[in-house]
Amino acid sequence: MSQVRVLVGTKKGAFILSSDGKREKWDVSGPFFAGWEIYHAKGSPVDPNRLYASQTSGWFGQLIQRSGDGGQTWEPVDNQFAYDGVTGTHQWYDGTPHPWEFKRVWHLEPSLTDPDTVYAGVEDAALFRSTDAGKSWHELSGLRGHGSGSQWQPGAGGMGLHTIILDPSNSARIYIAISAAGAFRTDDGGATWLPINRGLRSEYIPDADAEVGHCVHHIAMHPKRPGVLFMQKHWDIMRSDNAGDLWHEVSGNLPTDFGFVIDVHAHEPETLYVVPIKSDSEHFPPDGQLRVYRSRTGGNEWEPLGNGLPQSNCYVNVLRDAMAVDSLDSCGIYFGTTGGQVYASADSGDHWAPIVRDLPPVLSVEVQTLP
Amino acid sequence: MIRVYLPAHLRHLAGVPAEVQLEVDSPVTQRSVLNALEARYPMLRGTIRDHVTQQRRPFVRFFACEEDLSHQSPDAALPVAVAHGTEPFFVVGAIAGG
Repeated sequence: MSQVRVLVGTKKGAFILSSDGKREKWDVSGPFFAGWEIYHAKGSPVDPNRLYASQTSGWFGQLIQRSGDGGQTWEPVDNQFAYDGVTGTHQWYDGTPHPWEFKRVWHLEPSLTDPDTVYAGVEDAALFRSTDAGKSWHELSGLRGHGSGSQWQPGAGGMGLHTIILDPSNSARIYIAISAAGAFRTDDGGATWLPINRGLRSEYIPDADAEVGHCVHHIAMHPKRPGVLFMQKHWDIMRSDNAGDLWHEVSGNLPTDFGFVIDVHAHEPETLYVVPIKSDSEHFPPDGQLRVYRSRTGGNEWEPLGNGLPQSNCYVNVLRDAMAVDSLDSCGIYFGTTGGQVYASADSGDHWAPIVRDLPPVLSVEVQTLP
Repeated sequence: MIRVYLPAHLRHLAGVPAEVQLEVDSPVTQRSVLNALEARYPMLRGTIRDHVTQQRRPFVRFFACEEDLSHQSPDAALPVAVAHGTEPFFVVGAIAGG
């Protein structure tokens, strides 16, 4: 029988939640790296026991941990993320030039074909790659060297590269997103990059439809529809049907289109999930009701899903990397909250139940579907 | 032997007890002690001082002989008691909540 393994990164360590295909009873292990912030942990699609985790601390900096046994044991690998060449500057909060400074790894994206290759999205925004299982990291500096790089400016949460999507149909194509620079695409394996923000409109920047400067929160793609992208922007749910060349809004009837997460059903490329958050100044669900919203039409028409979720006095947030789906026949949906709950639905969102209720604030959730 | 006292997170990372002992050639300075520490425990590279600039991370402090040595030059001689191994060199995470 299939199994699922949920990798949870929190502000005080990592946890691994395991269950069989029924997803009713869960084993909880951890904390791993207790006391450290685990921004993200993810497994290799080609070797599920190969895991990578980003371990960081305001005191002691960045570490990368690697496991070869599904998270039972870990070993630190290289933690040096040196920007390539002349470091250059980006915009600081006050509009002055500010040198690029490495702060942390926000997201790790293992290769779709090679367990030793993994990408790291970092703050200050840059993309690194390791081809030796984390023993060394090298920047794909064409991104930061894009002509707009000197104009990028951090959002309140920092200038992190938080989304990395590898195109399964085209190994040379990668999508990334940066707060608050926007989305970018490479079609040559990372040598050169193109901003893909046309159609985005952001009233919180001086030029609402500028080429860069948009606060993209997350992007999702169904692996069988690699040209179709869905975006949760700071405000607005957006969709592109041409690999990001042009976006259009699909917020539709959502109660609010602010939020952080967005994901796609494993078997239905037009079924989307978001968690609406009240506003950019009130980072909690509207009316104290935690609800996932599902669209079965690729956006615009949304239905609330709250069965099993708290429907009163709930004021948690769901951060950008804290939702994932499994690929079992009945697709499982998972998300974690800043209140330390990890919720799961084994029926595409119709019913929810907490796997755990009292973890530290959840930063990231990833799911592995195991044979 | 130089005695170096590590904070809990770095002990766990390196798999060592609170205090480790290191052979350090003269002159005994912050730099030479940290060089020896990182050579023996490579997983600590980048956690106490920056990989490139070699500057102390902002929320790390160095104490010895009841003095804060954090702001001294990394090439200044450490107290004789540290160099003789009668007092440890403390690597400390700065106090903070949360």
